[in-house]
Parts: sequence; C-alpha cells; structure tokens
Amino acid sequence: MRFSMILPVFKQMFKKPWTNKFPAKYQPSSTTKFLTDVEAGKAKLILPIETPEGFRGKITYDKEACIGCNLCIKVCPCGAIEAKPKEKKIKIYLSRCCFCSQCNDICPKDCLKMSNEFLLADTDPYSKDLIVE
Amino acid sequence: MTKKEETTKTTYQLPIGPIHPALKEPVMFEFEIDGERIVDADVILGDIHRAIEWAGMRRNPIQIIYLAERICGICSISHPIAFIRAVENACDIGSPERAEYLRVIQAELERICSHMLWAGVAAHEIGFDSVLFLTWQMREKALDLTEYLTGNRITKGVMTIGGIRRDITKDQIPKINETLNYFKDNFEKLRHVFLDDKTFQLRSQGVGILTKEDALKLCAVGPTTRASGIKKDVRVDQPYFAYGDLDIDYITPDILTGEVNGDVYDRIIVRLLEVKQSIGLIEQCIDKMPEGDLVSEPKIPKLLAQIKKTKAEGIGRHEAPRGECVHYVKFNGDSEHPYTWKVRASTYANILPWIPMLKGEQIADIPIVAASTDPCMSCTNRVAIVDNDNHKKYELDKEQLHQLSVEKTRRLMR
Ligand code: SF4
Ligand code: SF4
Repeated sequence: MRFSMILPVFKQMFKKPWTNKFPAKYQPSSTTKFLTDVEAGKAKLILPIETPEGFRGKITYDKEACIGCNLCIKVCPCGAIEAKPKEKKIKIYLSRCCFCSQCNDICPKDCLKMSNEFLLADTDPYSKDLIVE
Repeated sequence: MTKKEETTKTTYQLPIGPIHPALKEPVMFEFEIDGERIVDADVILGDIHRAIEWAGMRRNPIQIIYLAERICGICSISHPIAFIRAVENACDIGSPERAEYLRVIQAELERICSHMLWAGVAAHEIGFDSVLFLTWQMREKALDLTEYLTGNRITKGVMTIGGIRRDITKDQIPKINETLNYFKDNFEKLRHVFLDDKTFQLRSQGVGILTKEDALKLCAVGPTTRASGIKKDVRVDQPYFAYGDLDIDYITPDILTGEVNGDVYDRIIVRLLEVKQSIGLIEQCIDKMPEGDLVSEPKIPKLLAQIKKTKAEGIGRHEAPRGECVHYVKFNGDSEHPYTWKVRASTYANILPWIPMLKGEQIADIPIVAASTDPCMSCTNRVAIVDNDNHKKYELDKEQLHQLSVEKTRRLMR
C-alpha cells in the first residue's frame, strides 16, 4: 500500500485511549480540593499505574540503625545529604536527590531504602515531605 | 551599439537558530540561499555549554557516573559506559563476566529506545505525525522494560566501576522475552511504514546525500557513516564487554537494498536494521550469560582508595546509538577527583558532515536532513568564551586556539 498509515489511523479512532487518566478523567481545577472530596467520598480517584519492583522512589531512612559514618555523603552525586555531626545522623533533601540509590548501596548498616512513593511534587523544595531525617 | 546589460544575481542569507521553533536544541545555522536552494551552509556551536567536565573534576568517579548520565538523556548508558571504561583502563580494574553480558543487554536496550525515538522524530520532521505516535507507542514498551530492569525510565543508574549495579534474575526473563517478541512482531509494520510508504520515499530518497569519500574525510561516526557504506563500528572493530562472543556485524544499507546511496532513506534503513540487530544481541546475551558476581570490588570505599592512589590516564570508547563516544580521564595520584575528564560525544564528529549533506538541498529539507544524523547538541558543546568585562562572546582564532591546546596538552603530560 502506498499510504500505509491510513488504516492504522482509522482503527485508532475506535480504540480506547492508552493514557491512564490519573487522578481524574478531567484535571480538577484544585487538586487539594479534589483530594478532600475524595476523602469525603464525593469524588473518585483513578489510581496511578503501579510501579514495578525495584522502583526508585522516595528514600526511607532507618534513623536508629544509622551510625553516622557519612559514607553516603561521600558518594552522593547531588550533595543532597547533610551531616548532623552532633547527633551523628544525616538529613536528606529530596528536592536535590536524583534517585540514583548510590547511598543505598554504600550504607554499611543498610538503613537507606528506596520506596515506591513517587508523588513528590511540591511548591516548596524544603517542605516537610521532601526532607528525610 | 550598446552592450547588453547583464543581470546581477545575488544570494541571500538565512540564519536559523540558536533558538528556533524547528530546532529541539540550541544550534545556529547560517545558510546562503539562492531561491529555495542552499548554496552554502555553516554551523555555529557553543550555545549550550554546561561545564559538565569542570563539574566532574570536582567529584569522585562514583559521583561522575551520574553526572555522565546527564550529559545526554538518551545516551544515559553510553556516556557512563565510556567513562567507566576509561576509569577501568586507567586504574586497571576488571569486571566479572556476568556483568559484561548485563552491560551489553543494557547498552542494546538503550539503542532500541534511542533509534525508535529517532524514527519518531524523523517522521515528525517531515510532518508525518501519525507515524511519530506509532513509533513512540512501540518505544513505550522498551521504556517500560527499562523501568522494570533498572528502576528508572531514562537515567538508568545501573553502571558502576568494575561491574553493574542491577542483576537480571530468572523471573525477569519472561518479561524481557515478551517485549522483544512484541518488537519482532511489529518490526514488519514499522519497516513497511518507513520504507514502503510513498510519503517517506519522496521526502528521504536522494535527500541529504553524504558520499563515502566525504564521510571518510570528515570522520563521521555511527549510523551516519554506516549509511554511507563505511564499515565502522566500535563493537565490531575493537570488541569490548561481551561483544566479542556475540554474533555481530556492520549494518550497512546494502544488506536490505543491495546499494548504498548515503541519503536520508539509507539512514532510516540502517537504524531500523540496528533495532533488529539489538534485539538479536539481547537474546544472545540472555542465552549465553554465565552465573557469577556483579562487581569485582563490592566495597566502594576500597575502590575509591585504589583510584586515589592511581597516577595514570585512561581512554574509554563505546558505540553509542549515535556513534562512537570517547571519554578520557587522568588521575594524578593525590586525589580521587580526576585531574582531567574529557568527553567527545558522538554528535561532535557528525557536525561537519552536515555541510555536504545540506548543500544543494531545498530549505524545506533542512529539518529532516539535520535530524538524520540524530544530533544531540547538549552533549557536544564544549567551549563558550565570554568576556567578563563587557559580557560579550568572542571567538579565538586558529593560532590562539592551537596555542591553548598545546599548552593544555603540555600541562596534562607533566
Ligand atoms: S539516591 Fe543518590 S542523589 Fe539521592 S540521596 Fe542517595 S546518593 Fe544522593
Ligand atoms: S551510610 Fe548509612 S550508616 Fe553511614 S551515615 Fe549514611 S545512612 Fe548512616
């Protein structure tokens, strides 16, 4: 066929769109209000696509196990980790983190892990959600 | 008798860029135009210098891997590979055999993603956007697989010095095979759209020709040079990782059509065939992959201590989707930060071939011809010289530049 795309394009018109319409079919004008509506049972949330195993999301930190060796600071490419010398603990600024998980690999006590939480957008880079300590 | 007056014909100049709706990245073209025809072309680079090498010289090699990843979002495996090969070369670090195979799998998966992305962009450049969506719909599967294997979709973060950070377990293999089979099933569809469709043929056959002589003379690399019939591929010429054990050969357009024209159409053929080749290579790797360790030195502090003691230089090469990419590092033996880090991205070698390709073409062909080398400007820009006093850009002439290069080389040789 000379014009090979005509058929696929017509077929596509009758197919269900591939896009997962997260969080709702139409973008709500206020996400915060939409979320309160969802909690009150007034609106329905379309769930995001599931993350695969081994996904690199928000870092979790087991503060008790940390010995303050600061090795994670040495390898972090983004300078996202800060030492707290008095307590011998660390503080991670997620807004600077590039999710390479190198800190997870080097930690001798295995106290850093990557969760599958990925909804980290925030207007304030120093908000409570974006600082792990 | 009066002499017949002659008409003086002149050309006019058409600047495109550095910021232009048709360009994805900042680069400046200056065309000499006669009617619709391009008489002469010039390329001016240097508008997107990011000082990545400078930043790298203030970081240790483990940190640089992630910086190298960000030289180019599409080659986010190729640059780390070239960099770790340079470091391994300088510090004499080996890697386990299993890691060599896993590295090939990741590199080839990236090639599939990159070539599919390019095919979509090429379709977009000739105004055939339904094909853009068709190819990118397929590319989505490759990205999903990347995410499944590495945890990230674009900047994969799996390479490390002396091995690889993520294994491919037995229960991950069915998903890999499923994706590869999807590509094999749909390959014919893609080939048919790109190679048999009248629209594509009209826009790409005989357009943007790079002759074999020019390609050799201007040192083009990757699919750009192979489409002109030159057998050049680092994976075959100087096999590294597991490529030596695999069945791999140069891809030139005559495999499919029996002739080499060096036009945009041939570049499409080469890239499509390379997608097929990459699928085959991943399958071979999965079959042949031995059991074993992932890294030769699991203790990163020990590795860094070894690098700190090293006083040597190293070179790393890798056949990135766009062609050969070269990294050079030098360690001075007193710090774990490299004394120098130099990157030669593949597009750098493919800039000059643009000029013979564009000469004689129509204005409307500029986007597709420029896109046919799969350019990546951000990777390429190395120098921007700004006069601090009056904030103007200035240029160095050939002698000054040569003098500076000589001085730098001397400094490095010390
Ligand atoms: S994941 Fe990477 S960037 Fe983020 S804190 Fe850890 S080492 Fe730093
Ligand atoms: S590497 Fe682990 S134990 Fe050491 S400071 Fe970081 S989090 Fe704590």
